[in-house]
Amino acid sequence: MILSAIMFYLFAAVAVASGVMVVTARNPVHSVLFLILAFFNAAGLFVLMGAEFLAMILVVVYVGAVAVLFLFVVMMLDIDFAQLRSGAMRYLPAGLLVGIILFAELALVFGSWAIAPNVATLAAAPMPSGAAVSNTRALGDLLYTRYIFAFQASGMILLVAMIGAIVLTLRQRADTRRQSIAEQLSRSRSETIEIVKVPVGQGVSD
Amino acid sequence: MLTIGLAHYLTVAAILFTLGIFGIFLNRKNVIIIMMSIELMLLAVNINFVAFSVVLNDLVGQVFAMFVLTVAAAEAAIGLAILVVYFRNRGTIRVEDIRMMRG
Amino acid sequence: MAALVVFLPLVAAIIAGFFGRVIGDRGAQVVTCGALILSAIFGIVVFCDIMGQSGPQVQTLATWISAGGVDVAWSLRLDTLSGVMILVVTIVSAMVHVYSIGYMAHDPGIPRFMAYLSLFTFFMLALVTANDFLQMFFGWEGVGLASYLLIGFWYDRASADAAAIKAFVVNRIGDFGFALGIFSVFVIFGSLDFDTVFGKAPGATHEVMNFLGWQVPALTLACVLLFVGAMGKSAQLGLHTWLPDAMEGPTPVSALIHAATMVTAGVYMVARLSPMFEYAPMALAVVGVIGGTTAIFAASVGMAQNDIKRVIAYSTCSQLGYMFFAAGVSAYGAGMFHLFTHAFFKALLFLGAGSVIHAMSGEQDMRRMGALWKKIPITYVLMWIGSLSLAGIPPFAGFFSKDSILAAAWASETAVGRYSFCLGVFTAFLTAFYSWRLIIMTFHGPSRADHETEHHIHESPWVMLLPLFVLAAGAIAAGYFAEPYFVGEGRTEFWKAAILVLPYDDSIAHSAHNSLVIDYLPLIAGITGILLAYLCYMWRPGIPAAAAIHFRSLYLFLLNKWYFDELYDRLFVRSAFTLGDGLWKTGDGTLIDGLGPDGISAATRELAREASRLQTGYVYHYAFAMLIGVVALITWYLIPR
Repeated sequence: MILSAIMFYLFAAVAVASGVMVVTARNPVHSVLFLILAFFNAAGLFVLMGAEFLAMILVVVYVGAVAVLFLFVVMMLDIDFAQLRSGAMRYLPAGLLVGIILFAELALVFGSWAIAPNVATLAAAPMPSGAAVSNTRALGDLLYTRYIFAFQASGMILLVAMIGAIVLTLRQRADTRRQSIAEQLSRSRSETIEIVKVPVGQGVSD
Repeated sequence: MLTIGLAHYLTVAAILFTLGIFGIFLNRKNVIIIMMSIELMLLAVNINFVAFSVVLNDLVGQVFAMFVLTVAAAEAAIGLAILVVYFRNRGTIRVEDIRMMRG
Repeated sequence: MAALVVFLPLVAAIIAGFFGRVIGDRGAQVVTCGALILSAIFGIVVFCDIMGQSGPQVQTLATWISAGGVDVAWSLRLDTLSGVMILVVTIVSAMVHVYSIGYMAHDPGIPRFMAYLSLFTFFMLALVTANDFLQMFFGWEGVGLASYLLIGFWYDRASADAAAIKAFVVNRIGDFGFALGIFSVFVIFGSLDFDTVFGKAPGATHEVMNFLGWQVPALTLACVLLFVGAMGKSAQLGLHTWLPDAMEGPTPVSALIHAATMVTAGVYMVARLSPMFEYAPMALAVVGVIGGTTAIFAASVGMAQNDIKRVIAYSTCSQLGYMFFAAGVSAYGAGMFHLFTHAFFKALLFLGAGSVIHAMSGEQDMRRMGALWKKIPITYVLMWIGSLSLAGIPPFAGFFSKDSILAAAWASETAVGRYSFCLGVFTAFLTAFYSWRLIIMTFHGPSRADHETEHHIHESPWVMLLPLFVLAAGAIAAGYFAEPYFVGEGRTEFWKAAILVLPYDDSIAHSAHNSLVIDYLPLIAGITGILLAYLCYMWRPGIPAAAAIHFRSLYLFLLNKWYFDELYDRLFVRSAFTLGDGLWKTGDGTLIDGLGPDGISAATRELAREASRLQTGYVYHYAFAMLIGVVALITWYLIPR
């Protein structure tokens, strides 16, 4: 019990700290790395809660794909560090105020909400106990049966995102030579060879 | 304090969310920070989902958190692609310079 | 027959007006003059017919309005009063038509002119044969319209346009009073028909009406309002400012409308409504006072004018004053008598002046005339005849009519009557003075015209002189022959029920008892005036100039028409313009346009400009805005409802 509490506080503190560092780090590469750290710690929190599948997915997808992508882009774009240091925080008071209001409201909600008594019957998909079925298996049971449509739709979203990303960034380079197989195969004799009768001793003129 | 309950997780999520929001408009440096702040906010939301799912004994929360993850990945990809193209055309990703859509 | 008299001029006007280009100048002249001469002949026949009848006849032509309590028909009332007027109007109009053939021979708009003249005649005849107030008002307005059209006939002259508008507007003010009078009559009597109203008039003497919060005697109010209309139409003091300016029109117009017929419509109206006016002595007193004051006012101004037509115009105004104060002392017969004779000699004077102007190639200023009597002798003689008649020298027509008016004024023994008499005698003196001033300045003395004009002086053609002869015949003989009928012993049989004179009011009857001095005073005054004119202009020509310098302010006062125009300009015209300007620029421009189209479009642009400032282009601004929106949304849902 006490171990889980300690772990929780550890994970939570590191997550929050790295979140702060993400926003305030000067070097964008540092920001990305701190983001990765925040993800890891969030995954740890998930494991503590008992959603181990989600935690692993978080690490694989978020850290492995998204954060790495961030890193790629940060390193690819030639960002000038010197310029990045300037900038006054003119909106700090207003933003701070708004943020505090938001936080206060969230706290208000948290403090005053109450769980309905019959919540057990309201559960859309009751969670089986961890002893009987693993979290992964339970999720899989649910996902591929009841939420198959959403699953396929998210697949479509990913497809579209992929295509979109490619379309946006693909550019034809004028100085590379490529083959166009279809063009090569559809070549006809008339556009390939020209037979010219040349008298002896004279060259071929254009 | 010692028994970790729902409130703790929600608090953590709230703090992360607020941090993300701060990151969006307090940063003057570059646009990538904005995208990372969005990811932070999504992470906070995911924590919320999972926390409620565990407390209410309802798996749907986790399912939805997965979908959030998916969409976040897709959105990050597209966002970065746009960023790359923009950088190619403009040569800068400083937030202050991105104001061509001025009304 | 009577309908023919009234409608022939209308038909001629329509033909000449709409088909003038088809039938040509000569055709238009022939059609209109022919129609008018026919109308005059029929008019004489109708008059004789009326003389043979025992009472007024009414010929109903068609129904006009039949709504609610108002039942008005198009009808012709034929009694002595309308008969006399028909005679005057048709004869003078026919003469003017014939005269216009010669006078306007070189004008490019002949068919239009003839059409307008005939149109005017139709309206005037509709006015005098009206059997109810509404038809009279129809004719009233119509002659005002025709007057406007004719004064502004030469519409390319700005002064003519302004004069036409002035005439119409001032007339309109009078017509407003007239309309109010008609409304009052309807309120009091419940009908607009003359016979009905006249029948009920004796019983309405004690009725009171509420006027602007005061309780006034109803009949007096109605009569005064109706008289306001007469003031406008007949150019009495206060609403007279249009008459001198109306001389901008061609001279035949001045002769027909502003001497013989239209301006006399007011007098006719008062005489026609004598059954009403007799029961409202206060109204009659008002009529008398205004008439007398107008007479002397106009005569005094006429003394100082230099334009030949203006002198005659003021003379008309003055003589109308005579007619009105005759009515004011209940001597309607005398007033109508003077109307009758005045039509002849004033038209003669105007057309004669037109002859002079024609001879002088358009010159109208008397200071540039002179030495004409040998060159245009016929015109000279005719002008003498007209002036003698005007000044009231026997045996010419004016003597009988003017003297009968003044005798009745004295005999009425009222304060108004005595006041009018004194003014009238003095006016007679002034009248004779300015008439001979006109003759001497125009025809005698050295020629002050320029050489070119002098070369072209010629007598008028016969087509212009013939009508003058007819009118001269009237100016000479009309008085002597008509006197017994209008004001003499035969007057009761003559007028029958057309004019009502209550027995105690009958000043004409009482005038038989006037002393000889009173009877001859006007004549003495006239002769004195003539002699003074000769003195000042023929024998000692330096006197007028010396008087003008010595009495400079008085001279200027008279020359500038007692500064009435300036007064009205300051009082009414300026304020009207200011009001109009204010309503236009402030009311319409600033308020309505500002709140309406211009304001809305400007506000839209402003709003758009302000709104566009939200689009800064910075993403984090947008994100910030979104955040604020989100927080607002959360707060909205958090508020317990």
